[in-house]
Amino acid sequence: MASTNSPAGPATGFNIWRLWTDERHRGILSQAIVVILVALALVWVADNTRTNLDNRGLDIGFDFLADPAGIGIGVSLIEYRSTDTWLRAMTVGLLNTVLVSALGIVAATAIGFAAGIMRLLPNWLIRTIIATWVEFTRNVPLLLQIIFWWTLLLSLPTVRETLRIGDSIFLNNSGITGPSPVFEPGASAVLIALAAGVAAAWAVLNWARKRQAATGERLPAGWIALGLIVLLPLAVYFASGEPISWDTPTANRFGRLRGGLTVTPELVALWFALSTYTGAFISEIVRAGILSVSKGQTEAAGSLGLKGWQTTRLIIMPQALRVIIPPLTSQFLNLTKNSSLALAVGFQDFVGIGSQAQNQTGQAIEIVFSWMVVYVSLSLLTSAFMNWYNARIALVER
Amino acid sequence: MKIKSFTGMAAVAGILAVAGMAVPAHAATLDDVKSAGVIKCGINTGLAGFAFTGDDGKWTGFDVAYCRAMAAAVLGDPDKVKYVNLTGANRFPALQSGEIDVLSRNTTWTFSRDVDLGFTFVGVNYYDGQGFIGRKSLGVKSAKELDGASVCIQTGTTTEKNLADFFRVNNISYEAVPIETNSEARTAYQAERCDVYTTDASGLAATKSTFEDAEKHMVFPEIVSKEPLGPLVRQGDDQWADIARWVLNALISAEELGVTQANVEELAKGSKNPEINRMLGSEGSYAKMLGLEKNWAVNAIKADGNYAEIFEKFVGPKTPLGLERGLNALYKDGGILYSPPFR
Repeated sequence: MASTNSPAGPATGFNIWRLWTDERHRGILSQAIVVILVALALVWVADNTRTNLDNRGLDIGFDFLADPAGIGIGVSLIEYRSTDTWLRAMTVGLLNTVLVSALGIVAATAIGFAAGIMRLLPNWLIRTIIATWVEFTRNVPLLLQIIFWWTLLLSLPTVRETLRIGDSIFLNNSGITGPSPVFEPGASAVLIALAAGVAAAWAVLNWARKRQAATGERLPAGWIALGLIVLLPLAVYFASGEPISWDTPTANRFGRLRGGLTVTPELVALWFALSTYTGAFISEIVRAGILSVSKGQTEAAGSLGLKGWQTTRLIIMPQALRVIIPPLTSQFLNLTKNSSLALAVGFQDFVGIGSQAQNQTGQAIEIVFSWMVVYVSLSLLTSAFMNWYNARIALVER
Repeated sequence: MKIKSFTGMAAVAGILAVAGMAVPAHAATLDDVKSAGVIKCGINTGLAGFAFTGDDGKWTGFDVAYCRAMAAAVLGDPDKVKYVNLTGANRFPALQSGEIDVLSRNTTWTFSRDVDLGFTFVGVNYYDGQGFIGRKSLGVKSAKELDGASVCIQTGTTTEKNLADFFRVNNISYEAVPIETNSEARTAYQAERCDVYTTDASGLAATKSTFEDAEKHMVFPEIVSKEPLGPLVRQGDDQWADIARWVLNALISAEELGVTQANVEELAKGSKNPEINRMLGSEGSYAKMLGLEKNWAVNAIKADGNYAEIFEKFVGPKTPLGLERGLNALYKDGGILYSPPFR
């Protein structure tokens, strides 16, 4: 039998049977069939939806976003009033989701790495405590943990018994409130100086690292960098006549603090719960990553005279990270999606405000759709960043 | 209907998540209910007096009684109800998608819900209004003095919008503490996370009745909105809407005509009052017009009694809620409850 797959030059004419007899064409055909079936399924779903929407006399579209929302929002990163539009309300929700996810990712990573490393310490007590904590935290449903932290925070002193820390920080079960900065004209110079300080610090650190690699000499680059970040903006601040003042909170007749900056117990409860829950998972990933590095590496580092912490930082971690990063990315994505449990304690994230919008406007399809788009986008952004980072730290073979 | 744009088209694809839209077109709900042998009724996830589990573990309450009357009227047995517990947010998709046949969950009849969401409200079974509850120790006598207060709100209801409107009209400010469920909102209020809690006055009475230190709390005199609560069905099935409407009207008319759970069987055999006879089926063929059995109204009234009996049993002055009839008395007793005639 002659092989139909032989590189015998270009085909001498199209024969419908080739679609079946030729292995390569058959592959393309079967894939095309799958694509058509999927497309038909989607068309069926769309048509079915449209028919049903028609039957119920429902109309879809995003016009409602321009209508006034008319709801109050407790925590907002941007200015928001109840007369603003749904678009703005949803934006507030989106920013709240990003805020709690970002805070959670940072804290969860710190907790996870600390716990993962501590669990491998020779000290039996520390190891056992961490192991117990990890098993407990990752086996209790997250929703319960959020409500647990929230209930705990609600048992703080009430507004009538507000605790005062120092002069202008207040703590009660409605949150922790401190002074907030007020930027007056000229404040932008200070912010620019801060940015310049950070950039200069980064340059110094880079230069010092190259210099150490080239000459072996070490500079106190960390201190220089810190000095740049702190002193530069401070100098500009005083030079430009102190353009930043502080808005100190004051209590109204209900004892409620107004002005300043308040972090609500809902946000804190959500943040604590998300970061400890995800941190417990991350600690196991970190532990696995460290254990994946062969013991010979530690011994070799020891024979070169590196100390314990230096060995972890310079030898173990760079190798362990290659194992840690991919599953770590999944945990970050989980954390972001889990933040939608905010609804339970009334922190108005994207899902929370979306369901309020759904209730007020009845536009369920559009809102579910925007939930999907937002969470997929956030996940893809996180993945893209982590993949970039993963590629950067990948083992470069020379 | 024209899909407005590509995003609209894409939104259509998002329907999968809403689920269950694959209901046959123009389903005759009555036939579906009859062939299923059970009526799917959407109720609250738990609200004292209106929808709660009794000692026997069965759902009971003011809103549940309507579900039972519907089941009795349509299927002849008040227990043939499948209860679906719904939050403020997911009740509407549940009704739109056909997951439930009728929604009886203290739902306010508003323009946009009636017109835009594709529902038909069949009447009002409770005239309510939004109020505030606060601690007496606040030293506030009126909701208008609440400038700067923290307010706990249950989300997914008309209340959050009324609240914003009320504070806007009176030009005072507040901090919103929105919470998804009634029980969590109550927890927050009791922990003094907020100064006042706002919801419909009937809900406030229900909530206050569960407090151990109820005497330290007061309901402010202001009623800041109109909240006509009532059952609703999907738009487009007029027969089913008629059944839902006239079951409600039968319960109200029964009170007016003196038909009770105890005497309905007796009166069904025939009475001197032609309207009772028409309603209970001994005169005319009104049941046929609805597509129901002759004794539909008898069964509905037998389930939990007439409107007055239901009210007294679940939310009236002798219950922990202690609600007065007020607006919900019959028109001839000084209220605004009024059923069209059975004629």
